[in-house]
Amino acid sequence: MEAFTQHTGKIVPLDRANVDTDQIIPKQFLKRVERTGFGQYLFYNWRFDTQGNPDPDFELNQEKYADGSILLSGANFGCGSSREHAPWALLDYGFRVVIAPSFADIFYNNCFKNGILPIRLPEETVNTLFQRVAQEITHTLTVDLEANKMEDHNGFSAEFKVEPYRRYCLLNGLDDIAVTLQKADKISSYEKNLPSYYQVQEKQNL
Amino acid sequence: MKPRTLFEKVWDRHVIDQEEGKPATLYIDLHLVHEVTSPQAFEGLRLNGRKVRRPDLTVATMDHNVPTTNRNLPITDETSAKQMNTLAKNCKEFGIRLYDLDDPGQGIVHVIGPELGLTLPGKTIVCGDSHTSTHGAFGALAFGIGTSEVEHVLATQCLQQLKPQTMEVHVKGTLSPGVTAKDVILAIISEIGTDGATGTVIEYTGEAIRNMSMEERMTVCNMSIEAGARAGMVAPDETTFRYLENRTFVPKGEAFEQAKQLWRQLQTDEGASYDKRVVLDASNIAPQVTWGTSPGMGSAVTDRVPDPDSFQSDAERKSARRALEYMGLKPGTPMSEIPVDRVFIGSCTNSRLEDLRMAAQVVKHRKVAPGVRAMVVPGSQEVKKQAEAEGLHEIFLHAGFEWRESGCSMCLAMNDDVLSEGERCASTSNRNFEGRQGRGGRTHLVSPMMAAAAAVHGHFVDIRNWTFKD
Ligand code: SF4
Repeated sequence: MEAFTQHTGKIVPLDRANVDTDQIIPKQFLKRVERTGFGQYLFYNWRFDTQGNPDPDFELNQEKYADGSILLSGANFGCGSSREHAPWALLDYGFRVVIAPSFADIFYNNCFKNGILPIRLPEETVNTLFQRVAQEITHTLTVDLEANKMEDHNGFSAEFKVEPYRRYCLLNGLDDIAVTLQKADKISSYEKNLPSYYQVQEKQNL
Repeated sequence: MKPRTLFEKVWDRHVIDQEEGKPATLYIDLHLVHEVTSPQAFEGLRLNGRKVRRPDLTVATMDHNVPTTNRNLPITDETSAKQMNTLAKNCKEFGIRLYDLDDPGQGIVHVIGPELGLTLPGKTIVCGDSHTSTHGAFGALAFGIGTSEVEHVLATQCLQQLKPQTMEVHVKGTLSPGVTAKDVILAIISEIGTDGATGTVIEYTGEAIRNMSMEERMTVCNMSIEAGARAGMVAPDETTFRYLENRTFVPKGEAFEQAKQLWRQLQTDEGASYDKRVVLDASNIAPQVTWGTSPGMGSAVTDRVPDPDSFQSDAERKSARRALEYMGLKPGTPMSEIPVDRVFIGSCTNSRLEDLRMAAQVVKHRKVAPGVRAMVVPGSQEVKKQAEAEGLHEIFLHAGFEWRESGCSMCLAMNDDVLSEGERCASTSNRNFEGRQGRGGRTHLVSPMMAAAAAVHGHFVDIRNWTFKD
């Protein structure tokens, strides 16, 4: 996983609450067996009409938001299914940061596994940002995970909090499977007490 | 010892390592795998030269993509076929038990886990699927994970987890006839909102929950995720043990008696506290119908489609307006006047034998309304077999329903079962998101009985006034 320390990029405003994973990456695109290549399908049903033509009104299709890498959205972003295809699609499209008043748990967690920084900000701050983007006061943000801070070039700044261990993993691009594997002894000794009827294989012919 | 909640007891027992300021390393007793969220995880193992630590605690099935029509025909969708073949290949390579398309145990992962007795009280259970919360009905701690975590569990049989908070949802009193578990959970979500339980594990308590069958408890726990919760749980009791006895992977005889002793301890202690608590009165709950594009946008069948302006916050008003536009509904329309084109009875929320029995009772000696296309998709091959043994399929077929093979089907429409643009569906599934059942498709979430009644009349009706024909 790519480490995340600091990122400067253009904001794309998506002023909707409850953006669910079915919108982020519709199910017809979940059939790939790779992790990559999902960006072209991001927000597919909003981005394209049934003929596959881009909807000029949708934010991602607007010239001024082209090459955005920071997504700004409403509350409960990422609700719905556990599909990690959602952060894969965001990342593959070019997003490294998502800012919203709140996130659904599984999506939030999945972001950290993929080098995307999801940032919770108070609703008022998010609204302020939406206004500043609409009024073209704020175009880009610099998000600094080391300093837990973000700012634009026009006097906006906000602090944010990320749970310390998640922050540490993201800053270092850590593979947490390797961390858990180091606990092999503890895992093995725990396993000695597992009830034998938990095991599936031996009984499969019953 | 400090009094603990059910969740805390299961959690504490599975923490194998906890360093200050870090997530707990949590041991996973059962890992369920399906074709959509696993290929990249297996690929990750291969790239890093890692093995599956405990194939004997891992079980796989195919459900999301599978056709629900004749299984003897070749699968026409190439990419679906590829995903299924990839799962079969991965299971073979890593030694994992797979309930393949032609296995009599095949079905939706959250239906077959309990059915086979893999789901047991006190276990930690994960799956790359958010509705893993279903298994919490047995007093297990069961939650959905992403593909990176699927890989993590395959490699280590553990997860790094931050301890969630707890929430008690207490449903007191008794339900009116015709009001089911589905109505209870829809009412709960409307009450607390789709992020009302974010960051928590819900424990459902109270008389109404105690009186529910295991199938009903599963329906409630299933949709915990729609309220934002990581998991939902119900403390095990005699109802749980009766359900479990004699199932394939449940211990038998003396071992079962011993296991029950342990399981009986899985109760929230007197004096234990939850971080949040809500109370609902079961007698106030009416049959529910959703009108919007989020499971929290629901109301009683006796209500009307709400006016977006009646909502408190700006964000809510905006969402409601958008939802009504997508759903093609006018504020003030009585819910019972909304016509339906399609009816779907199925999904891990409502496709178990009891669900089909309830729906069959409603359609017995009746016909599906002209112009309505209705289908029943049993949750598993076992459910299908039992339903056929009871003759339920004949009731459905006679009424004009399609009777299908088991799978997720139109719950997420990854196979050929899809709504067309603008089609309106009464569905027993769990999500009414835009496009969930097909682009432009309009989903109303309801209970199996309400769906069956809508099929008969071509619009929603209050099932409490139904005359059953025997
Ligand atoms: S039935 Fe629907 S909700 Fe359940 S596992 Fe399948 S797709 Fe997911």
